[in-house]
Amino acid sequence: MDYHFNFTYIWRHFDRLANGLVLSLELALISILIGMVIGLTLALVHTDMGWKARALVAVYVESLRNVPLLLLVYLVFYGVPSIGGFEYSAETSFVITLSLYSGAYLVEVFRSGLDAVPAGLIEAGKAIGLTPWQRLVHVRIPTMFRISLPSLSNTYISLFKDTSIASVIAVPELTYGAQWINFNTFRIIEVYIVITPMYLVTGYAILIGLRQIENRFAIGVRS
Amino acid sequence: MKAAFESLPFLVDGLLVTLQITAIVVLISLVIGVAMGVALTYGSAWIRWPVRIYSDFIRGIPVLVLIFFAYYGLPAMGLNLDSFTAAVVALTAFKISHVIETTRGAIQSIHHGQMEAAKAIGLPFWQRLFSVIFPQAVRRFLPPWINTVADAAKGSALVSLIGVVDLMLAMQKVIGRTFEPMPIYIAGAIIYFLINYSLSTTSRRMESRFSYIRE
Amino acid sequence: MSDPLVDIKGLKKSFGEVEVLKGIDLGIDSGQVVSLIGPSGSGKTTLLRCINFLVEYDEGSIRVDGREVGYEDDANSDRKPRGERELSAIRAQIGMVFQLFYLFPHLSALENIMLGLTKVRGLPKAEAHDIATGWLERVGLADKVDSLPAQLSGGQQQRVGIARAVAMEPKVLLLDEITSALDPELVGEVLAVVQSLAREGMTMIVVTHEMAFARDVGNRVVFMDEGRVLVDGPPTDVLDNPENERLRTFLTRLNPHFALEPH
Repeated sequence: MDYHFNFTYIWRHFDRLANGLVLSLELALISILIGMVIGLTLALVHTDMGWKARALVAVYVESLRNVPLLLLVYLVFYGVPSIGGFEYSAETSFVITLSLYSGAYLVEVFRSGLDAVPAGLIEAGKAIGLTPWQRLVHVRIPTMFRISLPSLSNTYISLFKDTSIASVIAVPELTYGAQWINFNTFRIIEVYIVITPMYLVTGYAILIGLRQIENRFAIGVRS
Repeated sequence: MKAAFESLPFLVDGLLVTLQITAIVVLISLVIGVAMGVALTYGSAWIRWPVRIYSDFIRGIPVLVLIFFAYYGLPAMGLNLDSFTAAVVALTAFKISHVIETTRGAIQSIHHGQMEAAKAIGLPFWQRLFSVIFPQAVRRFLPPWINTVADAAKGSALVSLIGVVDLMLAMQKVIGRTFEPMPIYIAGAIIYFLINYSLSTTSRRMESRFSYIRE
Repeated sequence: MSDPLVDIKGLKKSFGEVEVLKGIDLGIDSGQVVSLIGPSGSGKTTLLRCINFLVEYDEGSIRVDGREVGYEDDANSDRKPRGERELSAIRAQIGMVFQLFYLFPHLSALENIMLGLTKVRGLPKAEAHDIATGWLERVGLADKVDSLPAQLSGGQQQRVGIARAVAMEPKVLLLDEITSALDPELVGEVLAVVQSLAREGMTMIVVTHEMAFARDVGNRVVFMDEGRVLVDGPPTDVLDNPENERLRTFLTRLNPHFALEPH
């Protein structure tokens, strides 16, 4: 292999990678926050309401989970404006897509979290006279969050990796930055040698960080 | 809409490529992944560490990065792969890491008492594995594994980005001619949906059928 | 006193095909401490949980301080279950302590007690804080105010559970085998708290296996078997030398020396 490594090009354009990494983290964060709102609402609908509501939730969840994310990205970015007549930026459309996508996964996470709340805790809430709404807000949801914490952190890390797909609609996140450097400097191997640890280390750091948070909060839950 | 119907055979060709890629990836990853998973569970530290590192490494980067590297990076290292092969290599490498985890989870979920009982009646290692552990592990392996098959089908869509004319790229090309994105996207989404939904339903049904087996 | 504080008449409850409560009549006056004993499956826990309608009873009536617990106070025979709002208000007047404690894991000991005070009784936070702190001191956990349940021993958690129930100033306190899940050396501290509450006149219905408690603290013992009340009387009568054959069998099984002790 007579390839001559030359990292100077990479460092010259490193800001694309650094900014891209930050953007990836931001996109994932916004998407999971919106996704959590969607997921929690629909999980409550699914748990506490009738079969018709449950069926609608199932339609939403299954539609988003069984179609490739890439297709969803195209659908939202190219397809919707073409029939809606409006336009939005690539970033906006990607956040919408990823939020809907993560919402579909989080419905499952929150649903099983809600199911896992020990019945005795809910009874203890009843015993002190809390109304159903109060039991939901003060007992079920807080407990559900602590139970779901590990799944939530895994979901965030997954979403962080999924932001690489935004590169196909020219959102300047990390993979797009790498491809830009690839196409403009041909330093393909160097750039991948650089971004690989960027993804790995960031993912690992998030994992450790979230695990700390888990340990602080999850000590409260007794199974 | 008429254009959508006329383009159907073209989409079907793309679908066949998608299915082909998925099948190859699933089969190769199954064989290699299970082998590595068994190695991870039972092997010595020399074997366990490389497998662990491989698995964590591959799972820590986006699959798209793997695909781009296989297509753009490997040629620079002297390995010239056409887009189809590059796609298969990248996707297989990715899927293997998932199969390793699924295998490990399935084997480890079996109570270690089973292994001890098998040792106690004098079965050698490979016999223990095949006669006692595997039959039980299969039930725990299949439902999550079928989910990874669905993931492979969904992940295959990314090969369109390196020029493989799968269902995704076929859709793009048709839209390039008709300029009506939505009907084609919806049609493609339905096709992907049917494939994946039937897979995940099979997985769920299997899981409930197997769940009667309690410790 | 005319009517009992807790007035149970003709209570029946079935789970599917199995009739667990076959017609219970029981009246408990204010200030009484009633021990409910019996073999497992006798229905004593079910009876307890009907009183605050955690279990919906099928037939009969349960009145606490004159109010029917689970169903509307209606003249006609059509039984309408109470709405959630009313039910919650009635439950606020009945305290319950659970075998498995069921403290809210995300709240500190103090916050566990404050939750009912602020959200159900509507007290301002400062007042709730003071009341809750007072109760924690009362049960001997003044230094554990900010501790989370996971940081407390079983006995400590149960004492918080008692404080949580009593802080609501209920008319009657229901105790569901509150020491059964505790290590033996922790039982004493919990029973001491219950004893001091009894001395202050708290009306209590206690499902228990601790015969020493039933004898020393309670002033009445009710023996249930197979969904019926078989024996009902003062501890000395019921526990020391009962005539009822089933009760003798039960007490012997609990304490093999019982049959051998001279009475």
